[in-house]
Amino acid sequence: MRALFSLSVVAVVVLLTIAAVATSGGRFFVGTILPYAAIATFLVGMIYRVLHWARSPVPFKITTTCGQQRSLSWIKHDNLESPHNLWGVLGRMALEVLFFRSLFRNTKAELKDGPRLVYGDARWLWLGGLAFHWSFLVIFVRHFKFFVEPVPGWVSGIQELDGFFQIGLPIFYITDGILLAAITYLFFRRVVNPQLRYLSLAGDYFPLLLIGGLATSGVIMRHTSLRVDITDVKLLATGLISLDPVVPESLGAVFFVHLTMLSVLLLYFPFSKLVHMAGVFFSPTRNMSNNNREQRHINPWNYPVKVHTYEEWEDEFRDVMKAADMPLEKDVETK
Amino acid sequence: MAGAKPKPEKLSSVDYHPPSQSWMDVPPNVRPGTFNWAANPANAAYLDLPHVRKWQPTDEDWKLPDNWQQIVLEGLADRLQKYRSLKLFMDICVRCGACADKCHFFLGSGDPKNMPVLRAELLRSVYRRDFTTAGKILGKLAGARPLTPQVIKEWFLYFYQCTECRRCSVFCPYGIDTAEITMMGRELLNSIGLGIDWITTPAANCFRTGNHLGIQPHGFKDSLDFAVDELAEITGVRVEAPINRKGAEILFVSPSADYFASPHYYTLLGYLALFHEIGLDYTWSAYASEGGNFGLFHSSDMMKRLNAKIYAEARRLGVKWILGGECGHMWRVLHQYMDTMNGPADFLEEPVSPITGTKFDHARATKMVHICEFTSDLIANGKLKLEKSRNDNVRVTFHDSCNPARAMGLLDEPRYCIDHACNHFFEMPENTIREQTFCCGSGSGIGTDENFEMRMRGGFPRANAVKYVHEIHGVNMLACICAIDKATLPPLLEFWVPGVEVCGVHELIGNALVMKGEHRVSDLRGEPLPGQAGADGEGAADQPAEKEVSKDV
Ligand code: SF4
Ligand code: SF4
Repeated sequence: MRALFSLSVVAVVVLLTIAAVATSGGRFFVGTILPYAAIATFLVGMIYRVLHWARSPVPFKITTTCGQQRSLSWIKHDNLESPHNLWGVLGRMALEVLFFRSLFRNTKAELKDGPRLVYGDARWLWLGGLAFHWSFLVIFVRHFKFFVEPVPGWVSGIQELDGFFQIGLPIFYITDGILLAAITYLFFRRVVNPQLRYLSLAGDYFPLLLIGGLATSGVIMRHTSLRVDITDVKLLATGLISLDPVVPESLGAVFFVHLTMLSVLLLYFPFSKLVHMAGVFFSPTRNMSNNNREQRHINPWNYPVKVHTYEEWEDEFRDVMKAADMPLEKDVETK
Repeated sequence: MAGAKPKPEKLSSVDYHPPSQSWMDVPPNVRPGTFNWAANPANAAYLDLPHVRKWQPTDEDWKLPDNWQQIVLEGLADRLQKYRSLKLFMDICVRCGACADKCHFFLGSGDPKNMPVLRAELLRSVYRRDFTTAGKILGKLAGARPLTPQVIKEWFLYFYQCTECRRCSVFCPYGIDTAEITMMGRELLNSIGLGIDWITTPAANCFRTGNHLGIQPHGFKDSLDFAVDELAEITGVRVEAPINRKGAEILFVSPSADYFASPHYYTLLGYLALFHEIGLDYTWSAYASEGGNFGLFHSSDMMKRLNAKIYAEARRLGVKWILGGECGHMWRVLHQYMDTMNGPADFLEEPVSPITGTKFDHARATKMVHICEFTSDLIANGKLKLEKSRNDNVRVTFHDSCNPARAMGLLDEPRYCIDHACNHFFEMPENTIREQTFCCGSGSGIGTDENFEMRMRGGFPRANAVKYVHEIHGVNMLACICAIDKATLPPLLEFWVPGVEVCGVHELIGNALVMKGEHRVSDLRGEPLPGQAGADGEGAADQPAEKEVSKDV
């Protein structure tokens, strides 16, 4: 149901765009106003999010330790899984952000007769997630060629590497294929697995479908008869960033669908779970070092609480303690 | 639930298929065997808790205070301001489900609301509705829902079906720690008077007397004196157990179960023998006689109130530093919270072992050292004479308690101790030990009889791994370093894996320890001491261990 709902939202976006580009006002809107609004919302929204999180303090150091602490000199310390210094933390975060270390640990448990729980590897999610994020990044970088002239060497380098296998003409980029495959997997995983379906919200299907649509429209533009003129795309892109937008006549509906989907994605980003992109860097269980006993952590809102002091305690139990011959602070006579 | 304890056969068929309707439409089922009784009003009042009243989870009406919604929402707003963890974890979960089958309660019950991600959604859905734009506009579509009495009942059920073990956090790509969310959820529940008795009553007892059973100081002394007598009987060596002794070098704090419960008690005998043998200048304290902190399961304030005694007492007694016994939650508090809450401990000295001269510089701020760290150092420096064969009657495996493992990274020290105290040590499968260790299913104050079914379900993954080494290697002893484990694993194993007993690491040490002037025929449990006849006390202890550690599957 929620998947269908998300699908219809994406369909509405596509249809509205197609309807809009039939009019010149509509072309102007989806070609300039919408992208500007999207970029602005994205930037402001993400900055707001980050500041919003940063406004709350981290009162305690609550590292999740996934390896041996640093203790006695002859016990092998695991500085990446249980970092005790900045280097360890940086390493841990790098592994997490670049290679999805925690997901790599994933296992699945199955109950067999006996009853017996058996564990198997479950690295598909890790692979799918990694493939999706990395290819998205490469595709994003490849798009720089539309915005800058001359195209920087490293951008063309990535592009050449991406088209390494020289399949088809124009050359098919591997990342396009990987992205589409990964996103298909991630979507069907949610639909097919009953537990995942149970916990998924519309907001879990929607970005997958949107990005799927984004990639598909990109591939269509490149490899079918609906091909677009790259120089015109570049004209629009450079116009947008130089704040002097032009909307070339030749660009057709597929291009605008592509652009609108991107705009919707940017608009949606700061209000959704997609903020994990920035959030992952803030996670106190991962970005803190496990040196709690070595270096004092300060809680900015620490305040006094009502305690049971030793004096009160001894006053209450003095008699019985005295009878038991236990040491006392004040050996006063009580009756 | 008197008399009606379920059988293993009944609990072992788990249905992992979620119901067909949306989870928001599935009402909470307060079923006998899966919840805890409400807090005793007298003890709640003793702790000045809000909205004290008589009620039970089985009542239709929980007698919530009139403005309960306001209290909860304001409490949530307050905590969002105070904890970045909470705020962040509310926003960034992508519901990838990597955590779903990592929780022992989900694995043992199949209840989808025990998937960590859904457990968090119970709170997140309320957060969305009242604290996010999308939730305000789109409502249920965006996963938002209003705060109703039904939601509160659901929170009560599922936040007390989480042992705050943090296993889910290990697997989450963003390190989302559902235990943090559970802790906040429990604080909110407590703010409207929805506490459970096996947290409130021990907390009140600890606050008042120093131990969780509420036994008065002379009872504590009796207990230690009794242990000293018993140890003298077993070993022929009379040790001392000084209490509240000013000017001692070290204050020793252990969970109070160590001197009131079994099998914890044998660990206590182990400590006493060890301290005597190395001639440690130390003292117990009757005032700070509880390291285990039931406040952790209640609220940050309560944790701080109970923990405050340790530093206060160290200061009063004028010790140099603090040594801590085998306890899980106690060490989570000591390692992650104590110095922040109740420090700085600048009146103490940086811990140095008086026997080996080793500086524990990883504890230089907190000034508190774990007994396994302390003992490993003694062993590594050749200060102990350990006769491993005296533990030849046991084939041991080690259960990493959740908190020392996932909140401290204390993994190798206890293994080092065990390795040097017995000949037959076997690891459980890799997915179930170290940071991936499974909870006993009864931690965080929910190890009660009325909650028996849920405990057995939650403990099933742990028991299952024990069963594996029991069948493959003939393991008959599960060593651990946590007081709750020592209390809850025996019934768990009796239920799922009869034939495996539970001990502390320092019970094994105490058995293996060759004391000057000793004369032993039985181990600390009073059973005949194996290897006793053949061992002449020379040489054997120095032999390198014959490695029998298996790390298969
Ligand atoms: S693993 Fe983390 S991100 Fe994934 S569902 Fe669980 S809590 Fe959410
Ligand atoms: S902290 Fe432990 S008990 Fe709680 S949800 Fe996570 S795995 Fe389950």
